[in-house]
Amino acid sequence: MTPSPPSMPVTRRNTPDRVLTRSGRNAPRRRWRGASVNLLYLPALFLTLAFVAYPLYEVLSLSLNQWNGYSQVRSFVGFDNYVRLTQDGYLPSILGNTLIYGFGSALLQNVFGLGIALFLDRRLRGHSAVRAMVYLPVMISGLIMGYIISLFVQYDGGVFNEILGIFGVAPVDFMANPTRAVLIIMAINVWQYTGVTMIIYLGGLQSIPHALLESARLDGAGSWATFRHVTAPLLVPAISTAVVLNLIGGLKLFDVIVSMTGGGPGFATHSLSSYISNQYFNAQKAGYSAALGVLTFALIATMSSLLTRMFRARQVEAL
Amino acid sequence: MKQPLAKRARAHAANLSLSSLLVLIYALPLYVAISLSLKDITDQSSLLSLPTAPTWDNYIKVFADGTIGRAIFNTAVITALTVLLQVVIAGMAAYPLARRKTRFNRWIQSGFLSVLMIPPLSILVGVYSTMVALHAISTYWGIIIILVAFGLPFPIYIFANFIVSIPISLDEAAELDGCGPIRTFFLIIAPQLRPVIVSVVILNGVGTWNEYGYALYLLQKREMYTVTLEISQYFSASSASNLNGAAAAAIVVILPLVVAYLALQKYFIKGALDAALKG
Repeated sequence: MTPSPPSMPVTRRNTPDRVLTRSGRNAPRRRWRGASVNLLYLPALFLTLAFVAYPLYEVLSLSLNQWNGYSQVRSFVGFDNYVRLTQDGYLPSILGNTLIYGFGSALLQNVFGLGIALFLDRRLRGHSAVRAMVYLPVMISGLIMGYIISLFVQYDGGVFNEILGIFGVAPVDFMANPTRAVLIIMAINVWQYTGVTMIIYLGGLQSIPHALLESARLDGAGSWATFRHVTAPLLVPAISTAVVLNLIGGLKLFDVIVSMTGGGPGFATHSLSSYISNQYFNAQKAGYSAALGVLTFALIATMSSLLTRMFRARQVEAL
Repeated sequence: MKQPLAKRARAHAANLSLSSLLVLIYALPLYVAISLSLKDITDQSSLLSLPTAPTWDNYIKVFADGTIGRAIFNTAVITALTVLLQVVIAGMAAYPLARRKTRFNRWIQSGFLSVLMIPPLSILVGVYSTMVALHAISTYWGIIIILVAFGLPFPIYIFANFIVSIPISLDEAAELDGCGPIRTFFLIIAPQLRPVIVSVVILNGVGTWNEYGYALYLLQKREMYTVTLEISQYFSASSASNLNGAAAAAIVVILPLVVAYLALQKYFIKGALDAALKG
């Protein structure tokens, strides 16, 4: 993955920066060239400020206004939109759905992803084909996947009912029950993106030195003990990446919901993301939608930084 | 360490059945979509059955209609330009961040990275009103500039990590030869980035091709629609009437990426690993 640099004696000049900076505040700072090199990040900085930071500011300011999304008139209403968050009868269940999409996906994707990775890590015949298949749906848009899976869960002649019929089970209207519909949407997300988790774990497993596993075996450790005491601790970085990635992915869930249910029945399967879009463009409550956006942003930023911190602590422990 | 034959046979059978189960679970939806797309619209047979009289009619209609062709063209233009700009702009940005680690630059770098934590839909309202003000709705440049801006942090991070591993003596040699920072980056560093560029192109390319959330609001004219928008037209307009046509349209849209993936699997997997382990 890294280019093979011509071999040369390791002096302070060509030691990786990371090593220097780890050693703390007093580490010699690298200034081998004038500040003019910083010109190179100006385009990226400009784009980020203009098209990410400014819209973020717009969202914050709109959340203090009442606005229908297109007229010239915006009226300042202070924190009214935030007060309305607490009075919105749909919001508790939408928040609950979002957490199910996030934590449910993170849990199941990691269980299945790790399981499949451990299975495929033995690299028997046919395993590379299995790996290719499991990763394949990652190539396909969540939206289109949702439409295809709709063919499975539909009441009339849906694939699942067809299969149930073989066993003499009466057809089920899968998406009519709100809780079940939420769980099905989560399951589709898990199914589609377990491939990503699997790849992360396969990478993690391959980076574990064989000598360690070998010596554990020579010490008489069984396969569970080896996994528990050698493999698992060394996988902590992979687990951390996978959990954070899956959690954020699940909390942001949008495409599949649009194509599976459009948030319905009623508002029963909305996530925060799809509800934001619904409130802005369907209900034309731009200010309220902005307040929902701020809530979503705060939720996801808090979750991901808490988790990252938690895993960082675990990692030190594991080493 | 030879195991008894019976035990090995059992392990083999377990391996085979688990492998087939996984392949089945992952292949079934695609099988259903493909088989549906090859059936005539009057064919009321089970979704699970093979088409008895396969027909290309649905595909012919999809192309005759023209909307999918146009959507593929739009998506290809948007994806190509978005990814190209991301690679160039992120590569440039990564260079000073990797080589000149002042406190200010560290601060800039974590600023870029924190963009990853913003759920796209959460600032949709702000993005939309900004783009309306710029008259950028239903334009190529409008959607491209938004997708580029939101897709920068991940390539910046990958490129910066990679540049750190390139010996700094190369930069110094270029400097001695009279190259300024910009020429040093483009002549000396950029060519070294090839392997990670491949990963970035694949990951951001797939993401851009499949993008829906922003396209839905920024591209409102039908002739600007991308593939995801056009497919949702097919499925919602024909939710009861023409699922066969919709399935054919979906397959047409999915196919380019799936073929590329199957042909270049190694790079796709490496791309996913680069993203996971460096990002």
